[in-house]
Amino acid sequence: MDFQIALLLAQDGITNGAIYALLALALVLVFAVTRVIFIPQGEFVAYGALTLVMIQAGTVPATLWLLLGAGVLAAAVDARGALASGQKGRLAGVLAWNVGYPVVLAALLYLLPLATLALPLQVLLALLVVVPMGPLMYRLIYQPVAAAPVLILLIISVAVHVGMVGLGLLFFGAEGSRTPPFSEARFELGPMMVNGQTIWVIAASIVLIVALYQFFGRSIYGKALRATAMNRNGARLMGISPALAGRLTFLLAALIGALSGVLIAPITTIYYDTGFLIGLKGFVAAIVGGLASYPIAAAGAVLVGLLEAFSSFWASAYKEVIVFTLIIPVLLWRSFTSHHVEEEE
Amino acid sequence: MNGMSVEMNVIGQTIDEAGKSAPNPPRTVLEVRDLCVAYGKVEALSNANLRVGEGQIVTVIGPNGAGKTTMLSAIMGLLESRGQVIFDGEAEYVPRVERMVARGMNLVPEKRELFAEMSVEDNLLLGAFQRYRSGKRDHGETMKEVYHLFPRLEERKAQLAGTLSGGERQMLAVGRALMAKPKLLMLDEPSLGLAPLIVREIFRIIGELRRRGVSILLVEQNARAALQVADYAYVLETGEISMEGPAKQLADDPRVIEAYLGLGGKHQAMLST
Repeated sequence: MDFQIALLLAQDGITNGAIYALLALALVLVFAVTRVIFIPQGEFVAYGALTLVMIQAGTVPATLWLLLGAGVLAAAVDARGALASGQKGRLAGVLAWNVGYPVVLAALLYLLPLATLALPLQVLLALLVVVPMGPLMYRLIYQPVAAAPVLILLIISVAVHVGMVGLGLLFFGAEGSRTPPFSEARFELGPMMVNGQTIWVIAASIVLIVALYQFFGRSIYGKALRATAMNRNGARLMGISPALAGRLTFLLAALIGALSGVLIAPITTIYYDTGFLIGLKGFVAAIVGGLASYPIAAAGAVLVGLLEAFSSFWASAYKEVIVFTLIIPVLLWRSFTSHHVEEEE
Repeated sequence: MNGMSVEMNVIGQTIDEAGKSAPNPPRTVLEVRDLCVAYGKVEALSNANLRVGEGQIVTVIGPNGAGKTTMLSAIMGLLESRGQVIFDGEAEYVPRVERMVARGMNLVPEKRELFAEMSVEDNLLLGAFQRYRSGKRDHGETMKEVYHLFPRLEERKAQLAGTLSGGERQMLAVGRALMAKPKLLMLDEPSLGLAPLIVREIFRIIGELRRRGVSILLVEQNARAALQVADYAYVLETGEISMEGPAKQLADDPRVIEAYLGLGGKHQAMLST
């Protein structure tokens, strides 16, 4: 290997690492606030990317029907709850958000000339379809069992993952797709050629991470999420409901996932089930951070990206094995250095 | 000795009460009717009835394990219960925490439940979360008031809550609850585990809050201090309210003196738990 190749691999590794970092942050966040180990995180990556592919092909994305279906279900559940507790005033809001929103979005998707729209608008539409599925998923699947033990929540996550992969096959077919890059530009950086999409991925990841940092450090909603993660009872006594925190968290996780998918769609071919492997690598990074530390998780993600890039050069058949084997020394190291904390409640 | 101190309390009370001995009893803020809580088959609280008037301090005293914390948790909606909680003129058959907070009820729990890895100021800010969410963005002013009441918190506003001393934590817990501008503040054992000097400070602040028009439901094991500051008192024993009356009257009651105020009583209370 010469220096040139090493640089190329490093560039590749850091690009992928940036995406894993985003996913790792989402996983840590979801776990901290809701104690859910969010296996379906990767599905949002695939859904985001492939929804964009369909929009660019000029077809109404099939994921819209999932959104509409979930919206109607959530409306039914919430309306029943509102009627049972005698809060008829909430009905209008419940219907508008859960049913009105997807219907308006469907109208937009049917009326707009999807294939000829500018790229940022196509991306926006893809996000508008996929991201609301996050809070809907929390409402329908996790909220009713919010108090369940971590293991039960994990089993449910696996089920949701399998379900979403199946639906992905139904929506997008078995063919893989790529989208055109955001920019065709190429830069020469010293001895290295950097292509525009790489810059996009890294810049967008950094912007998103900084935005999240600001959100958690400065806004009262961000602080409320952190408070819920720190002390669920204390947060409830402040009127921060676990349901609100859960929905907000899943909204962020879905946004991070879908955006990651949109960002990497031009560099990797995305299949309906690609998300799982990408999410799993984010999970390795999150484990490095002990599912608790954001900065260590982000650093772990870059490590995972680099390890993957270099092992694909030296031993490409074993690259996944090498990446996932990283968990073992990390777990050993963590179990020796950190003291065991019993799960609360 | 005991009789002396009780009498002094009574004098303190009458001076305090002077302005409020109007013929009309104050408007009811909280009324609890036949509240029952069961943990499985064990009834932890049975048919509790209780009333808190506006601007009053009402205390519930009783030994460890009598169900005091259970009662507060049920009123707040943290625990499932049967019975009726009428708060601010509106009945709740199934109280829900978020809703009770939104309606102006706040609980300072026994464990404080602070956000340990956040600054003092962020802890206070989150106390106003529910108000902020419903569009009332006056947390800046409220925080100034809280700092005025607890100058210690202002000195330490950038410090992480987890690094505070026990007394400061209790002040922060109370301050955080005040950020919600509660109509009813419920305090669960605010003096627990604190040094006597700090206990006195906490009770001074409770008195100060009453002067500011906050209604308070105070649960305490420190019966002497609680009866001194309260207007009305209930005694809770093994899940049932066994006695009630104006605080000064209860402080004079031989059974209360025997069980909760006297030295022999302390002995007995310890034996009975």
